[in-house]
Amino acid sequence: MPKKNPANLNDEDIQKLLYANFKKSIINIESYHDFSVSIASAITQDFIRFLKESRDLQYSTLIDICGVDYPNRPDRFDVVYHLLSMTKNKRIRVKISTSDNQPVPSIVNIFPAAEWYEREAYDLYGITFSNHPDMRRMLTDYNFQGFPLRKDFPLTGYTQVRYDDTQKRVIQEPVELGQEFRDFDFESPWLGHISDVNSNETNEDE
Amino acid sequence: MNNTKKDNTFTINFGPQHPAAHGVLRLVLELDGEIVDRVDPHIGLLHRGTEKLIENKTYTQAVPYFDRLDYVAPMNQEHAFSLAVESLLGIDVPRRGQIIRVLYSEIGRILSHLLNITTQAMDVGALTPPLWGFEEREKLMCFYERASGSRMHAAYFRPGGVHQDLPDDLIDDIENFTETHPVVINDIEELLTENRIFKQRNVDIGFISQEDAQQYGFSGVMIRGTGLPWDLRRSQPYEIYSELQFEIPVGKNSDCYDRYLLRVEEMKQSLKIMSQCIDMLRKEGGPVSTENNKLFPPKRAEMKKSMEALIHHFKLYTEGYHVPKGEIYRAVEAPKGEFGVYLVSDDSNKPYRCKIRAPGFAHLQAMDYMCKGHMLADVSAVLGSLDIVFGEVDR
Repeated sequence: MPKKNPANLNDEDIQKLLYANFKKSIINIESYHDFSVSIASAITQDFIRFLKESRDLQYSTLIDICGVDYPNRPDRFDVVYHLLSMTKNKRIRVKISTSDNQPVPSIVNIFPAAEWYEREAYDLYGITFSNHPDMRRMLTDYNFQGFPLRKDFPLTGYTQVRYDDTQKRVIQEPVELGQEFRDFDFESPWLGHISDVNSNETNEDE
Repeated sequence: MNNTKKDNTFTINFGPQHPAAHGVLRLVLELDGEIVDRVDPHIGLLHRGTEKLIENKTYTQAVPYFDRLDYVAPMNQEHAFSLAVESLLGIDVPRRGQIIRVLYSEIGRILSHLLNITTQAMDVGALTPPLWGFEEREKLMCFYERASGSRMHAAYFRPGGVHQDLPDDLIDDIENFTETHPVVINDIEELLTENRIFKQRNVDIGFISQEDAQQYGFSGVMIRGTGLPWDLRRSQPYEIYSELQFEIPVGKNSDCYDRYLLRVEEMKQSLKIMSQCIDMLRKEGGPVSTENNKLFPPKRAEMKKSMEALIHHFKLYTEGYHVPKGEIYRAVEAPKGEFGVYLVSDDSNKPYRCKIRAPGFAHLQAMDYMCKGHMLADVSAVLGSLDIVFGEVDR
């Protein structure tokens, strides 16, 4: 965690500042491990721009954008932004939630670095970003189908590629496993939970 | 980016099989004569689905995947993951473990910078530096091997500490290295620093302003080259970095040549840190990993005698440990810049989501911006100074 520097704002100051400016659209602020703000996706542009341009915050580095999939929620995806202020030595996490057919406003016009990160989130999760200048796939193969990091996408995938000597080109075919994929269920009532671990620390092992 | 081609440009493919592409990068270059008009990097040729795999493995099994990201400095990646898991678990690493981690992180930094400096020289036409540099890397990889049993894919930094303690003679040999390595750095510098061709190819090439560098998400040497003294080891210290004496070199001109000079200087600083760590290791004993056997396996000798230890070992290597629900982002100053891990845990024994923030991904993205208007031959110089390793860019 960042060392406290007297010149720096503390989390409460930032929290006050954000509430003062975006009272209605902030869903939740927590600072348990990291300082994290959940906002409504409609204000993404304004909010990120405020974080970047506010003189008190100066979150001028976009560290990362990524998706997280929660298939059981109506808005199944979280889009998570990490920003860093090198001048104030502060980090912030901004989260918005969206569904697979509801585009998120792109922030490429604010941070050029967002371009690839948004492409990646689209590639791996199928999250779409409106007003993105160049929405192509990023990491997966040319002609890849599906969104591999979704929880309902199997680990082994659907297709495999090989070079076909008769057709003289690389072809895609349904995946064929030499051995059935083994997924062991290790969930047991063993004292593997950290809460148990900590409570056990006091009474010595047998 | 606009996709409309001008009439007088033509498009060439740079890579995926090109010695200066540093792996499997395909650059689609649009050229106006010899002037670069647009660079469109196609990445993902080394995509292995690391994040998906990690979601399906226990926390212990996830560690080796981090070696395979930036395979030039493997332990630095494990470090970020271990820090993230430790923070979620709320456990501390014993002091000796922290010192060893810092020592090996700096070895990783030298490994990476040696490779980068020398291959950057090779990209602009010099053949000798890689030969000299790789000899030194060989020695460092032997240190890796003697600590972890593996030259590259170490799996040595694990959540809770490091896997094993270092033998005394290894510490002596590392100390010996810190004394002999400056000579080799000097030799390489003699070949390059004042070399007319090397300077012609690198000075004033690949300039980026401080503001732009921040907007593009630069970190590490790339941001320090612009004159901003930003180093996570100093500004957001982890492990024992706050106790160590070292300087953070910054650049003036933010060009490829400055970044080369910074990397050379950082290697010297790393050696300084290493010798401080060696002194500490000689003075301070103690465990190298947490002694909580619900998280870290017991010693093998113990397992031969204690039933309890045997059960712990079995459970840790089958079910693993459970990490409490939560989200965390932890980053380390890897040789290439800020390497971060965003971990979402759902109280099970597997990470729910593990996003890997690789510095190279952000740097490579700025290729188009940095190369525009440069000559074709400068593309490989810029690419070399960005310090790209495809293991981490493609994941």
